[in-house]
Amino acid sequence: MSEPFLIGDRMSGGYGQGPNILHGCTIAVDKGQIAVIVGPNGAGKSTAMKAVFGMLDVREGAVRLDGEDITALTPQDRVGKGMAFVPQTNNIFTSMTVEENLEMGAFLREDDISQTMAQVYELFPILKDKRRQAAGELSGGQRQQVAVGRALMTQPTVLMLDEPTAGVSPIVMDELFDRIIEVARTGISILMVEQNARQALEIADKGYVLVQGRNAHTGTGKDLLEDPEVRRTFLGGT
Amino acid sequence: MDILNAFVALLNFVIIPATAYGSQLALGALGVTLIYGILRFSNFAHGDTMAFGAMVTILFTWAFQAMGLSISPLPTALLALPIGIAFTAGMMLLTDKWVYRFYRKQKAKPIILVMVSLGVMFVLNGIVRVIIGVDEQQFNDGERFIIKAGDFKKMTGLDEGLAFKTSQGLTIIVTIIAVIALFWFLNRTRTGKSMRAYSDNEDLALLSGINPEKVVRVTWILAAILATTAGVLYGLDKAFKPFTYFQLLLPIFASAIVGGLGNPLGAIAGGYVIAFSEVMLTYAWKKVATYVLPESLAPDGLVQLLSTDYKFAVSFAILVIVLIFKPTGLFKGKSV
Repeated sequence: MSEPFLIGDRMSGGYGQGPNILHGCTIAVDKGQIAVIVGPNGAGKSTAMKAVFGMLDVREGAVRLDGEDITALTPQDRVGKGMAFVPQTNNIFTSMTVEENLEMGAFLREDDISQTMAQVYELFPILKDKRRQAAGELSGGQRQQVAVGRALMTQPTVLMLDEPTAGVSPIVMDELFDRIIEVARTGISILMVEQNARQALEIADKGYVLVQGRNAHTGTGKDLLEDPEVRRTFLGGT
Repeated sequence: MDILNAFVALLNFVIIPATAYGSQLALGALGVTLIYGILRFSNFAHGDTMAFGAMVTILFTWAFQAMGLSISPLPTALLALPIGIAFTAGMMLLTDKWVYRFYRKQKAKPIILVMVSLGVMFVLNGIVRVIIGVDEQQFNDGERFIIKAGDFKKMTGLDEGLAFKTSQGLTIIVTIIAVIALFWFLNRTRTGKSMRAYSDNEDLALLSGINPEKVVRVTWILAAILATTAGVLYGLDKAFKPFTYFQLLLPIFASAIVGGLGNPLGAIAGGYVIAFSEVMLTYAWKKVATYVLPESLAPDGLVQLLSTDYKFAVSFAILVIVLIFKPTGLFKGKSV
């Protein structure tokens, strides 16, 4: 089997001098696919994603993007390599307009960004109407759209989302998931941490259930949803 | 006629001086607020940066005067100002390289950086005094007045004279230009926008590939431009004395905090609020009152609310009041 496009291979590590939070955890995503990390609170979901993005020390294991070992790169350098990250909170420039947010997302690019911006507006039409408004004045769902739009401005190959639907209404959540599927169809790999496990697994090509920093279950979204063990211990209900 | 005379007196003794002083404070506060927004600490060395910039400008002004260079009726100091700015910017970039960067790399807490800036302040304090001395220096030349009191009386036939000094007019015009240029830079240019982004959300700015070191460098240069300009204008308007620049720190910080730290618009508004309060509370209103009130009510005393010695108390009091009731300042800034 060929290696996935992006893989965090058997990663162990933690923040600063602290103890290991991840223990040999593997997360991978293929081109144009959606991988979802789910798990109970404190399972290290966000930590696993941050490890892939270089925001904490990976003491063992490696992160490879398109076959290239990027374990030692800083997050900023990874942005240059085509990875984009949308943090869970503080993921927009609140005092700047929507359009300026997008411009800042494309800060590294020297070429013409108007086409990418048009694509983002096409994906999130509401942002086009509000492009002169300060991003901090928007609703929660719209802010998330700005955040995702900002990340897309770098024309990434991998888009990483840390709980994109945290704090938005179920309707907005469905809408966001639809947009995320659309983004994936354009060939961008998506790696996402989600609290709303059931809905997230439904759109996932691949799902990772983490428990205490270890891979507990791995499989396609559909498999995991049907796995009685996962349902009983994690998803709840029958 | 009396109302007119009262208005002229008010203009002459309150509005014009306070507008000029407010402009100087606004320029100073803009520098403080920029540094707070980007580097996230209160730069106590700002007053002495102004003194340093003014000192370099004065030295070159004297050199130009000795060489016979002049742009009369404007003061020669304007010609020397760009050189003063260049030296000050260089000095600040070196300070950043030798001092602040070390603490930034360690991600030092803001309070540590404030103490570091206090150290920088003392060093600058010493440098300025060693080079130019502690005494008052005059470097104003060119035409002294735009409107002279005597001419104004003759022209209008009023009892009250109106004097409008060149330095005051210059202060106001230069401030307007500087503010427009600064806002154009922050709102229209890529570098300016990246500064605002960095100030708004540092982590996200890093994720977007904004180079923090470049942002910091540009901030120091902007602060140098603003501080030197403010320092030179203040020196032209009053006089240059290193100690008064140190004392200016309080009203400047009061302006920046009253307006909302980190908010450039707030810094400007704050500058004028502080300046007008200071001047109005320490002005002897007897003259204006005599013109306006009927003779029977004419005041015997000076009708001065506070002695001018207390002017710093005014900024301090406003500062305290604003911090109690509106901790983020009049315009939305960061809470201190």
